[in-house]
Amino acid sequence: MADDPILSVRDLHVSFRTKRGLARVVRGLDYDLHAGETLAIVGESGSGKSVSTLAMTKLIPMPPGQVSGEVWLGDDDLVPLSEKHLLHYRGRRIGYVFQDPMTSLNPVHPIGRQLTEGMRYHLELSDEEIRERAIDLLQKVGIPSPEKRLDDYPHQFSGGMRQRVVIAIGLSCDPEVLVADEATTALDVTTQAQIVELIGRLQDELGMGVIWITHDLGVVAGIADRVLVMYAGQVVEAADVDALYARPRHPYTVGLMRSLPVLGDLERRDLASIPGLPPSPTALPEGCAFHPRCAFRDDDRCATEAPPLRDIGDGHLIRSFYEVPEEIAQEAAAEARIEIEPPDADDVGDAAAEVGSRSGRGGET
Amino acid sequence: MAGYVAKRVAQSLLALLGVSVVVFALIHLVPGDPVRTALGTRFDQELYEVLRARAGLDQPLVVQYFDWLFRALQGDLGVSFRTGQPVTEALMQRLPATALLAVSAVLVGLVIALPAGIISAVRQGKVSDYVANAFSQIGVSIPDFWYGILLILLFAQTLRWLPPFGYTSLLEDPVDGLQRLIMPALTTGVVTGAILTRFVRSSVLEAMNSEHVRFARAKGLPQRHVFRHHVLRNAWNPIVTITGLQLGTLLGGIVVVEVVFAWPGIGRLALTAVERRDYPVLQGAVLLIAAAFLIINLVVDLLYAKLDPRIRSS
Ligand SMILES: Nc1ncnc2c1ncn2[C@@H]1O[C@H](COP(=O)(O)OP(=O)(O)OP(=O)(O)O)[C@@H](O)[C@H]1O
Ligand SMILES: [Mg+2]
Repeated sequence: MADDPILSVRDLHVSFRTKRGLARVVRGLDYDLHAGETLAIVGESGSGKSVSTLAMTKLIPMPPGQVSGEVWLGDDDLVPLSEKHLLHYRGRRIGYVFQDPMTSLNPVHPIGRQLTEGMRYHLELSDEEIRERAIDLLQKVGIPSPEKRLDDYPHQFSGGMRQRVVIAIGLSCDPEVLVADEATTALDVTTQAQIVELIGRLQDELGMGVIWITHDLGVVAGIADRVLVMYAGQVVEAADVDALYARPRHPYTVGLMRSLPVLGDLERRDLASIPGLPPSPTALPEGCAFHPRCAFRDDDRCATEAPPLRDIGDGHLIRSFYEVPEEIAQEAAAEARIEIEPPDADDVGDAAAEVGSRSGRGGET
Repeated sequence: MAGYVAKRVAQSLLALLGVSVVVFALIHLVPGDPVRTALGTRFDQELYEVLRARAGLDQPLVVQYFDWLFRALQGDLGVSFRTGQPVTEALMQRLPATALLAVSAVLVGLVIALPAGIISAVRQGKVSDYVANAFSQIGVSIPDFWYGILLILLFAQTLRWLPPFGYTSLLEDPVDGLQRLIMPALTTGVVTGAILTRFVRSSVLEAMNSEHVRFARAKGLPQRHVFRHHVLRNAWNPIVTITGLQLGTLLGGIVVVEVVFAWPGIGRLALTAVERRDYPVLQGAVLLIAAAFLIINLVVDLLYAKLDPRIRSS
């Protein structure tokens, strides 16, 4: 992966004007994404994971939102672009898959139409070609007999099947980057594994870069190449996945790993291992943003001086004056690491099985 | 879909049957002898006998009910205690005026509410939103006859552009009919519009804030495409429902405006029937209003099913 990155984010800032003042939600984000690479962004709720990726194509409400910095997609910086120009990037060059397949799809339109409407704007294809492409995409994501399902409505699919449709939509215009924002969080464990496997396989096939957003450090181990750990709108630790799990350094990363449930021992979900709550983006603490909750801090410097993001070698970055002692860090990492077991062999088989339990999560529709 | 239609039609018929029982019971809940009460000081033994027999009051209750129901099904709702006119005839004379006013008022209401509600949702928190909000607040809090009186003072009294009251059938004299329709339709329409504006606004807002709209934008679709196909299209369902309910309510409930404008509608007929204890007319009016409401509800539900695939297939 020595080639040029397909996506380079530089000093990205996102803030919202709110009644309680300026909410600084993303504060100077830098990263590169290469073709075929999977970058995981992890962090607690509210750390700015979603906003940072939505803001790349200004999918946040503006105003009150404002974006600065640079987002290089190939040779184009997206930040200065107008709404009209951004339409050529949204969906076309950066595809999105959102968390909840129950709400991402419009209940009143057949899925075929929702799958093709983006292609009609972005791709210069005839209706017949678009239809063929739609069928092909549904086939790829493991929807059995897709040509019969184009006219079906979202409520006629199970949760897992809907998320497959959403993924097909995200991929429909062959984007260079796919943002999967908690794409499996709303699904049951088996379906989660299928979707993880599916995106991995499609990535190998199509070569796009994937930004995988999750708050679950456990899942990340099996799928990511590189991991960004975000806290209060900043990267607090970034490393290649193996380096991170070999030895996490930042107190927050270690805290996150400790708070994961240990497989086979769900009782041990020790959520108290990071005490307190993340700071409000309108009232960030002085010094290190994490210091009020830090279990490892040991002097007043943390409360007054903001630690810089420093490279400790091999692209392993941490934003902390201290490193968690090796023994504690390794123990936490070993417990956190879950390898995703890919579901056996052919996915379409599983998909077909899933059709049987169609109404799985459809109760609320 | 066919199953759904059949189910809804059956439900409506059942509801109508329920209404008929209540309506029938009315005449028997009145203390004393309804015919005697109705005749009051104009009591006349011969007329009394005729009306009592005609109303079937000398039969057992169950027999009376089925007799009444059977005749009602054939369009015979008895005769007025006061005028001797067949009730059905009286209702049919009044129905066009009420239907015309109700439909016109809903149209006026929609003409106001669709743009006002949509603009205020899209420009949420801006000046136009506040203006629309103020309008709907004021619109619903001031009673409709007040607007009626204002309009009469302005257009009939001061400007002398329009006749102050009365009704002419549009079929007989379209120009005069329209002129007489304007003020009552505006009066009722403004209030309807104020109610509908809030629903349009909240329906559009709800649709705008749904996750699938964000997803549609993430596909790179132009704003107007997203608005038309993912916001408005989804907002239609609740708008259609509430509009239908408003129409149904108006068909039976424009009493005050009918009185202010001397509009010969069902509402006034029912009011007069109450005043005069003219029970057959009252029964007929209530039955007609209920039937109209049920029919409109049925149509709305079928439309809704047409708009929402989830209902269609369940
Ligand atoms: N339109 C908005 N106006 C004001 N604040 C906003 C807006 N959208 C998001 N935020 C704030 O931005 C912060 C980051 O939100 P974001 O959705 O990126 O979090 P996240 O890391 O994705 O969390 P989660 O795991 O819950 O999805 C939150 O504090 C949120 O309240
Ligand atoms: Mg999020």
